[in-house]
Amino acid sequence: MISVQGLTKTYGGFTAVDDVSFTAEPGRVTGFLGPNGAGKTTTMRVLTGLTTASRGTATIGGMRYSDIPNPGLHVGVLLDASAQHAGRTGREVLTLSAKVMGLPARRVDEMLELVSLTGSESKRRVRNYSLGMRQRLGIANALLGDPSVLVLDEPANGLDPAGIHWMRGLLKTFADQGGTVLLSSHLLHEVEIIADEMVMIGNGRIVAQGTKQDMLAQAGGHGCFVTAEDGAQLRRALDGSGLAYAQAGEGFRVEAQPVQVGRLAVQAGIVLMDLRAADGGLERLFLELTAPTQREQLTEGAQA
Amino acid sequence: MSAVAPSRTFDVSGTSKVPFSRLVSVEMRKMADTRAGLWLLSIIGLITIAVIVIFFFVTSGNADDRTFINFLNITSTPLGFLLPVLGILLVTGEWGQRTTLTTFALEPSRMKVIAAKTVAALVYGVATLLLAVLVAAVAASIGGATDAWGGDEIVESAKMLLVIVMSILQGVAFGLVVLNSAGAIVLFFVLPIAFNLVANLWGWLNERAMWLDLATAQTPLLGMDPATGMPLSGNLTGEQWLNLASVTALWIVVPFVIGLVRVQRAEMK
Ligand SMILES: Nc1ncnc2c1ncn2[C@@H]1O[C@H](COP(=O)(O)OP(=O)(O)O)[C@@H](O)[C@H]1O
Ligand SMILES: [Mg+2]
Repeated sequence: MISVQGLTKTYGGFTAVDDVSFTAEPGRVTGFLGPNGAGKTTTMRVLTGLTTASRGTATIGGMRYSDIPNPGLHVGVLLDASAQHAGRTGREVLTLSAKVMGLPARRVDEMLELVSLTGSESKRRVRNYSLGMRQRLGIANALLGDPSVLVLDEPANGLDPAGIHWMRGLLKTFADQGGTVLLSSHLLHEVEIIADEMVMIGNGRIVAQGTKQDMLAQAGGHGCFVTAEDGAQLRRALDGSGLAYAQAGEGFRVEAQPVQVGRLAVQAGIVLMDLRAADGGLERLFLELTAPTQREQLTEGAQA
Repeated sequence: MSAVAPSRTFDVSGTSKVPFSRLVSVEMRKMADTRAGLWLLSIIGLITIAVIVIFFFVTSGNADDRTFINFLNITSTPLGFLLPVLGILLVTGEWGQRTTLTTFALEPSRMKVIAAKTVAALVYGVATLLLAVLVAAVAASIGGATDAWGGDEIVESAKMLLVIVMSILQGVAFGLVVLNSAGAIVLFFVLPIAFNLVANLWGWLNERAMWLDLATAQTPLLGMDPATGMPLSGNLTGEQWLNLASVTALWIVVPFVIGLVRVQRAEMK
């Protein structure tokens, strides 16, 4: 379990991380979400002993990172996929880590296979890797020691949509096996796809945390999109229900939970073609919560 | 799908620390697994052999100069330039490429990592000495000098070892202080030149060069009298040892300690 308590980090007079507290539990994928410069990387650096905290503590399984023996076997860390020697091959990068941890060479091949780096790719120098390939290499490096905890800073950065879904599968399996995952991102939709729990940070402070459902409830955003085979019939039913709605493309946007609209459709015997929670509920929350802390003030256009 | 039994539990009770020997062998590997590192190691080996071969040919008219000790001492100048660079790169290579993030995530004790790097560089230094001794021995055996083995070869080899160890430690120390390859290498070569320039103008400093200048204090180790430039052999005098201790403190110990403090405090980014 990862526990960050009252963590503060100042650089001169500037407070990069301000009294941050949260936990990441075993069996869950916890997303650490916030705009650029919010303090995610700094928090993770303190957690892994690469930076010292000004105040507060950050522990893994109750231990400070520097007290964990052979930490690579227990905590998989990916802080910056680009921080690799450009002149080494991908395979060599993993081999060095495997040797420090005391793992057999076979483990390197297993990890290369897991992240789909082919034999010829693994023999290329890292300088010739795309960002996505570097991320895969970094994830292979983090998983090398078969750890029980993962700390990943922006791991989905540079991955294509297929890659993001691949990562979700990987981390879900890891968490289902009892592992603890903390991953950061500055993109809400990445965290929405990958994480079970969210910790939102803005300007060095935690602004919200909980499960995706909790956060949605907190946002008050519970609209949904619905499209029926017979649009006119659905409109009549909506009129009769008293729910607020508006035309949206082929269907309607209704200010109600999807389950309410589903019930309504069943009662009226309406065939639905599409029913889903409105996108952007969390997005609005994310933008609202971080708006005063965003670098650029958001324009109307950016919110659309 | 059947539920997976939780197999990933955080339990460090059965794990021991990463053994130091493993860190040393990984650091040795890091020196040899990049093109720059491999080039440097090859050049050190090739130049060691080359200077002995060249000396062999330039002494063709004077075969009695072809003694083991002469052959060995001839390697000291190029090694004095190259081995510190090896020490510097072993430290600064990590900082330049930011691989410290991975290195210190796998071994959080920065002091242990620096110690492993230092030992790795020293192992390469000892290997270089063995190569020099071997090639010098071959050259002396076939050189035809009447007194090819006339000195105290063990003592001279030990003095050479001391020069090599000092060179490497100075390189590591400069690397730690500057944490940047180019900067550390430039500083390493420019500082002694600057010292000499100032010493030439300032007699007070020049008189104390024995105590302050590394190269001057090392000359007795390389078989030369620093004052007269005449060949010198056998053990060093007490004062010469004190000179060496003084320059070691100044050029190796002080930068090393400053560098360690710097690394211990540095933020890994
Ligand atoms: N070493 C440092 N010195 C000064 N400021 C820093 C340092 N590291 C980070 N910061 C500042 O701290 C803030 C948080 O940075 P960071 O943790 O990298 O944010 P994030 O990862 O969320 O984008 C930023 O404003 C950044 O400029
Ligand atoms: Mg960051």
